[in-house]
Amino acid sequence: MGIQELTYLLQGLLWTLFLTVIGFVGGILFGIVVAVLRVSPSPWLRIPMICWIGVFQGTPLLMQLFVAYFGLPLLGFNFPAWAAVSVALTAHASAFLGEIWRGAIQAVPSGQSEAANALGLPGWSRMVDVVMPQAFKLSLPATVGFLVQLLKGTSLAAIVGFIELTRAGTIVSNQIYKPLLVFGVVGALYCAMCWPLSLWGRRLEQRMAAGAAK
Amino acid sequence: MTLDFSVVADAWKSLLFGALGTLFLAFSGMVIAMVVGVTGVVILRMQMRIPSLLVTLFVEIIRNTPFLVQIFFLFFALPLAGVRLNPTVTAILALGLNGGAYAIEIIRGGVESIPKGQTEAGLALGLHKHEVFRLIVLIPALRAIYPSLASQFILLTLTTAICTSISAYELTSVGQRIEAETFRSFEVYFTLTSIYLVISLVTMWLLAALGRWAFSYPQR
Amino acid sequence: MREIDVTRTHDSASRAFPKEAAPMIEMRQVEKFYGPFHALKGIDFSVTKGEKIVLCGPSGSGKSTLIRCINHLEPIASGEIVVAGHRLSDSQDAVDAVRREVGMVFQQFNLFPHKTVLENCILAPMRVRKLSRAEAEETARKYLERVRIGDQAAKYPAQLSGGQQQRVAIARALCMEPKAMLFDEPTSALDPEMVKEVLDTMVSLARDGMTMICVTHEMGFARQVADRVIFMADGEIVEENAPDAFFSNPRHERSRAFLGEILAHH
Repeated sequence: MGIQELTYLLQGLLWTLFLTVIGFVGGILFGIVVAVLRVSPSPWLRIPMICWIGVFQGTPLLMQLFVAYFGLPLLGFNFPAWAAVSVALTAHASAFLGEIWRGAIQAVPSGQSEAANALGLPGWSRMVDVVMPQAFKLSLPATVGFLVQLLKGTSLAAIVGFIELTRAGTIVSNQIYKPLLVFGVVGALYCAMCWPLSLWGRRLEQRMAAGAAK
Repeated sequence: MTLDFSVVADAWKSLLFGALGTLFLAFSGMVIAMVVGVTGVVILRMQMRIPSLLVTLFVEIIRNTPFLVQIFFLFFALPLAGVRLNPTVTAILALGLNGGAYAIEIIRGGVESIPKGQTEAGLALGLHKHEVFRLIVLIPALRAIYPSLASQFILLTLTTAICTSISAYELTSVGQRIEAETFRSFEVYFTLTSIYLVISLVTMWLLAALGRWAFSYPQR
Repeated sequence: MREIDVTRTHDSASRAFPKEAAPMIEMRQVEKFYGPFHALKGIDFSVTKGEKIVLCGPSGSGKSTLIRCINHLEPIASGEIVVAGHRLSDSQDAVDAVRREVGMVFQQFNLFPHKTVLENCILAPMRVRKLSRAEAEETARKYLERVRIGDQAAKYPAQLSGGQQQRVAIARALCMEPKAMLFDEPTSALDPEMVKEVLDTMVSLARDGMTMICVTHEMGFARQVADRVIFMADGEIVEENAPDAFFSNPRHERSRAFLGEILAHH
């Protein structure tokens, strides 16, 4: 494998990072909405979010990518491939992050809300100033864990035909007939991106467990 | 824009068999995953340096690379190692190894979650080590990890879709064949998605019922 | 019994047992380490049949370690332990023989959550003593009745209060018909209002002549039933005394300091 092939793989890697960032940032924005609506007392807001989360957690990400890829044009959007993939990843991430944060919001002891109410804080302030900051901290390990999932998940864009790291690997492998070397390198590149994140997530988790034990 | 689901409906038989293929892949994969998981935990508990390191390395590599890369690697590596398997068996092996890495983490957590006092109480009563494990530790440990194992099984079921990349026999590859014949991409994938949703909802429900039946003693 | 009363006020070195009372539990020069930490230093003591010993001392003094060595939950580095005539070693047979003779009650109860009260009590008698289910159940009901919890036999541990759970744990140990009972801080994990019911059970057990070693800070219990109080610190037996003498006139400075701490909290 020469410098040319390696450069090609690194270009794919940039696309992988790009898709991950878009999916994650979009997922954060919409995920907050999903989480807040999911804990709403009104069933009209809550039930659609339960369904949204259920659909994305109950179907393969690959299917979600295909449906977006072929479905968006039918709705009249003429998206390039990367945009269709980004839409799917964002929706996917919003459901998973929404569910993670829903759990975190509900894990904040109810005494906190009660104390905020007793102080006469308005509803939004109770959420923004008291509950959300604590929920954010609780949810951090799982959020980092999902970031790793999402990064790995972008590889499925390869099956839709989008040239990111894995697809670049397939192409290079077909050119130079050294599949083990190429996929070994591709795997190592994924590891190099995911492993530090995994370690960070685990450290956060341990720190939290240690804090809870005190 | 016109949608035509009739071509998909005509293929209901192939889809049904594809769905069965998916379930078969998920189930066989999970069986291998459990074997890998238990073996891994036993090795870790022996506390020997090199074997433990290898198990940890295996877990980290699997958890930090995409399944698609893993299955490609296995698909090309096995023939080079002189092992000729059909794609479906290769897929089951890949699913088993992938699920096994997660199972190691889950099972280890479950065994560690049983308080040491439970073992000590059993020993103090005169039971032997293997009896203590079988009669005292096993059921509470299984109960502790059952929800995680159940969601791992659902995840593995959804992961089987990726096995289409090496043309293993399962729902997605069946769907892609229908797509190639009919050019009704959206209709096909929408239907596949719905079938996966039904599969995972029903599986989730069945697993929850099974869990309630198997571990009916009250929680502490 | 009166004869022993006279001798037990002396130091361990000059202690003399009546000839007819063979020691039920005997420890000679027992040493125990956790890595570099010297947990038990040359422990020497013996318990005659029917004697009740209260072991106390600050946390980390080795008192729990000591009783956990008696039934080999902790292996010892050197020294000798003899229980009811069985010399303890690392061999499974010796361990089995000793564990058959001594019952143990833990701070955290350690009832098996997936088994009912009755199942908790019949498990070991059936597996270890090879009783039939009917025999084991009969024994279990007898002892559950004895700790006044017979009506809860079909419940799971999680459905009982802490005090009830600990009484079940006592009954479970008694079902093995042990010759001696070890109690490892049996009331420390209990809510205050439940301490009494467990102590009452232990007192009644003591009245019936059971040989007992109790790690506890319940000084009322010590005064009421103990034949001897053994005070440990830093892995050593510092003082061995009759309860009245120990509480009113402790010989050792560390005992005095310890009693000051304990009594200040009561």
